[in-house]
Amino acid sequence: MTVTELILPEFVLLDLEAPDRHAATRRLGESLVASGRVADLDGFLADVRAREAQMPTGIEGGIGIPHARSAHVTAPSLAFGRSAQGIDFGADDGPAHLIFLIAAPDGGDAAHMRILAALARRLVHESFRGALLEAPDPQSVVDIVTKEVLAR
Amino acid sequence: MRIVAVTSCPTGIAHTYMAAEALEQAAHAAGHEIFVETQGAAGADPVPADQLAAAQAVVFAADVEVRGRERFAGKPLVEATVKSAIHDAAALIAKAEAAAAAAGASAASTPEPTASPAPVSSAAGGVSVKGAGTKLRQWLMTGVSYMIPFVAAGGLMIAFAFMFGGAVVKFKVVGGTYEGHTYAAITDYSKLLAQAGWAGVLFEMGSVAFSMLVPILSGFIAYAIVDRPGLVPGIVAGLIASLVGAGYLGGLIGGLLAGGVVYAIMRLRLPRFLSALMPVLIIPLISTIIVGGLMLLVVGEPVAAAQRGLTSWLNGLNGSNAALLGAVLGLMMAFDMGGPVNKVAYSFGLAGLASGNLTVMAAVMAAGMTPPIALALATIVRPKLFTPAERKAGNAAWLLGASFITEGAIPFAAADPLRVIPSLMTGSAVTGALSMQFGATSRAPHGGIWVIGLIGHPVQYVVALLAGIAVSAACVIGAKHIGRRAEVDADASAGAPAPAATPVPVG
Repeated sequence: MTVTELILPEFVLLDLEAPDRHAATRRLGESLVASGRVADLDGFLADVRAREAQMPTGIEGGIGIPHARSAHVTAPSLAFGRSAQGIDFGADDGPAHLIFLIAAPDGGDAAHMRILAALARRLVHESFRGALLEAPDPQSVVDIVTKEVLAR
Repeated sequence: MRIVAVTSCPTGIAHTYMAAEALEQAAHAAGHEIFVETQGAAGADPVPADQLAAAQAVVFAADVEVRGRERFAGKPLVEATVKSAIHDAAALIAKAEAAAAAAGASAASTPEPTASPAPVSSAAGGVSVKGAGTKLRQWLMTGVSYMIPFVAAGGLMIAFAFMFGGAVVKFKVVGGTYEGHTYAAITDYSKLLAQAGWAGVLFEMGSVAFSMLVPILSGFIAYAIVDRPGLVPGIVAGLIASLVGAGYLGGLIGGLLAGGVVYAIMRLRLPRFLSALMPVLIIPLISTIIVGGLMLLVVGEPVAAAQRGLTSWLNGLNGSNAALLGAVLGLMMAFDMGGPVNKVAYSFGLAGLASGNLTVMAAVMAAGMTPPIALALATIVRPKLFTPAERKAGNAAWLLGASFITEGAIPFAAADPLRVIPSLMTGSAVTGALSMQFGATSRAPHGGIWVIGLIGHPVQYVVALLAGIAVSAACVIGAKHIGRRAEVDADASAGAPAPAATPVPVG
């Protein structure tokens, strides 16, 4: 598994608008279903919702990271959405403009998990967020993620 | 400054690593060294032992229980949620700096448990004593916290055995003579149920669980001092303490001894080809030989000699003043709660039973029931004086005490022996003296309140019990106030002690 396979241009929604976080997560999840990364959308979304219920995944700086380890996920995947208007993910400082849906298979092996860990570590870097906010098209997003996560 | 941190979150794929990255960035920005153990789905890289030893502060950014928390015992600790680490790692690092600085004054001069190079700055001599005392208490509390579930499980099984089977259960299982019947000890356990019934099965299970009390106590005291390498010598020391009849006081000494010996061995500088063998071969073997030898050859005999001396002294007392004998037996029952001194008193009671002197047995049993009940009462009357773990132990102690399982008081005594043991001894002495004075008798060698039907003068017997319980509970509550205020103040001003092996320049 390489990082390029973690995220594909099809998983990038640069104009993600949705009434709430559940709708936004569903739209991102649908993009994963189309390439067979998620076998059962409703089952997966239920797992994400269960995680979200423990504590909102919005973090300061306009980021939402709905995520779950789920039996319905076939391969570690990242779907990325950008919302100009913002979608509330429960962060203290307002809605999220960058949404990362992280899907991890339930019994994911350590190599897969390390890639996701490296991705999570990049999320706290201002430069990474800035680049994603300005990315002109889905392929640029894939390139940025690939470069940043592989760089580690 | 050197910092170690643990991050963990429910799913273990996002926040754990974001928090780790944020902490690393903030620590480096502030000019500190940091190692972050990410307890996430990718598997945790544990903090290396040398990093841990050198760390001056610990940061937990965790929304779920930190695994292996006791590894960090004794270090200045800052605890926060993973989110707060992601949002404002710099603030957490600043808190860690403050905690380390507060502890630094006392930690720099805290003597290590074994011979190590003398700390450079030993100016604040007065503070170091407090630091050592706090560490000692943390070690003991760690051991006790692992032991409490064994006390509860084993003790309650034995209590239920007596409730359902009466005092005779014990003899059906371990053999002996009771009320004219001689029972053979059960050696073939396939016949346990047939010969001793379900009560016998409960008794046996409880006894096995109970036999682990002292080994678990001593093993985890050593574990608190030196982590995993301490377990083997600590547990073996505890088993030997039980074997030679040194009881939990022996186990307490053994656990500290094991921790100290392992600590010393770990500091030996060995050639590289040998150092690879350290964790699997050298430390377990050498430490166990040393600790086991000390326990078996040095600690064992004095304890046995003390037992012999006590028995002959009691024989001298018997017959002169009944109340005085009761008071002395009470003191002994409460002194080590199932240890050698307690056993001398108990076997003295058994000897009386065999020779038809039933008052001694009654006094011994009453005095042995008093400590757990008094502590249970104290945790209800003044819960704030006890830790949450102690309050839970207090709930079980009612039944343990009522069943004459004095061991129910051990968790309290091991954690705070100087305040608890004298208090318990006072109350048990009162109970023992009153029971003898009233001439209460017991035809049962065990069973507590469940064999009240076999007690002569049961009403006076209960009065003696209640008097001792009231005295012990009052003494414990009073003693818990003595010195506590000063200690809390010292802890607050000195912060938690930081047992850095070698003082490292701050910054």
